[in-house]
Amino acid sequence: MRLIASKLREIKARDIAETVAQLCQRANFELNEDVLAALKQAQQTEESPLGKEVLRQLVENAQIAGRKNLPLCQDCGTAVVFLEIGQDAHVIDGDLYEAVNEGVRQGYTQGYLRKSMVSQPFSARKNTKDNTPPIIHTEIVPGDRIRVICLPKGAGSENMSRLAMLRPGDGREGIIDLVVRAVDEAGANPCPPLIIGVGIGATAEGVMLLAKKALLRPVGKPNPDPEVAELEKEILGRVNNLGIGPLGLGGSTTALAVHAEVWPTHIACLPVGINLQCHSARHKEARL
Amino acid sequence: MDAIRITSPLDAKTVRELTVGTPVLISGVIYTARDAAHQRLIEALDNRERLPFPIKGQTIYYTGPSPARPGRIIGSAGPTTSSRMDMYTPRLLAAGMRAMIGKGNRSPEVREAIQKYKAVYFVAIGGAGALLAQSIKKVEVIAYEDLGTEAIHLLTVENFPAIVANDIYGEDLFEQGKAKYRRE
Repeated sequence: MRLIASKLREIKARDIAETVAQLCQRANFELNEDVLAALKQAQQTEESPLGKEVLRQLVENAQIAGRKNLPLCQDCGTAVVFLEIGQDAHVIDGDLYEAVNEGVRQGYTQGYLRKSMVSQPFSARKNTKDNTPPIIHTEIVPGDRIRVICLPKGAGSENMSRLAMLRPGDGREGIIDLVVRAVDEAGANPCPPLIIGVGIGATAEGVMLLAKKALLRPVGKPNPDPEVAELEKEILGRVNNLGIGPLGLGGSTTALAVHAEVWPTHIACLPVGINLQCHSARHKEARL
Repeated sequence: MDAIRITSPLDAKTVRELTVGTPVLISGVIYTARDAAHQRLIEALDNRERLPFPIKGQTIYYTGPSPARPGRIIGSAGPTTSSRMDMYTPRLLAAGMRAMIGKGNRSPEVREAIQKYKAVYFVAIGGAGALLAQSIKKVEVIAYEDLGTEAIHLLTVENFPAIVANDIYGEDLFEQGKAKYRRE
């Protein structure tokens, strides 16, 4: 391996905190263009008149939220923060995780966002009052910059997540059946129309992260691998035949998109992770 | 279908007229309560204590609003998942609660209790918290203030949009809607 002397680029912890604070707020107030476009498109194709009206109101809700700096949904979520850290980036003047914590604290307070995190999950359940701690996922990548993505994740859809360790013999059909059944059983609870994140492969914990990351893709952009893209398309068709419809009131738009991410796995395994995203599909990113 | 205008608390006659799928615009007063407040209401019933508000005939809205900005009365306030309240609901219906607003379907036990106690369950549009907050005109915390967003708020609403999802005749909007649009 040839040695390349690379210079570290310095990034202040304070700038990371400020960025996270801004992203948490913008994600909660402004629905991304791709989600809005998908909702408008669904309004054209939805078969149920009630479903059409629901979709119209969701677009109106996004307009009001953006105009008045009101959260799109009162559930401002768990702050899930993805950090893609360039190997030549050097965080100075503070601790990286503390900076992200501080950003969430500031963002949720300054933005009048709802604080939903409770401390001990099975007994005390005491609200931490500033929506910390966030869930932080880090990845080391080439380069000298840090990419920050904030995804406030609502509980209605998160509660409908699934992990299944299928047998390799279950194959493609097993995956399709599992996802369709999960969406069917979730019904109205995850606030359809959904974006369905599917992870396939890796290990139990790895596949759930794949499913979550799949939600970050622009809505409806197919996986670059044609075989995976074909699988996404088939699942979407099957899911939209379920009849659940917008908010579960019946209709032909149960999901806006299926995003699948795959990873190699063990000879004995076929892990499948499902992370459902409600129609309030919120995430914003910045590069430092 | 045109929405019908109704006033909360609802009277028995109005409840009889409400059938699944009917859009309504609710004006009047409603109480908020979600997971933690329900737990306390049930504890109060268990201990034979008085509830913090007279529940007879009243409407409960499953929501935990986001905080109000200065100069405003409330943040966003859409419905939360009703099924988490299913374990408490029959007790509250037995105590006289007449209507609920939330999102998503109810358990068979709740649906039975809705029929038995002549009540009604409405759905509001989940994830439309900014839009729904526009119908809320007055907000007052009346109990369990320490619960923050989960405290019981008394809301005065004007033309709050919802749809009848379970009626006294045993019908269910989710089942009907799904059956109509399901393709094998």
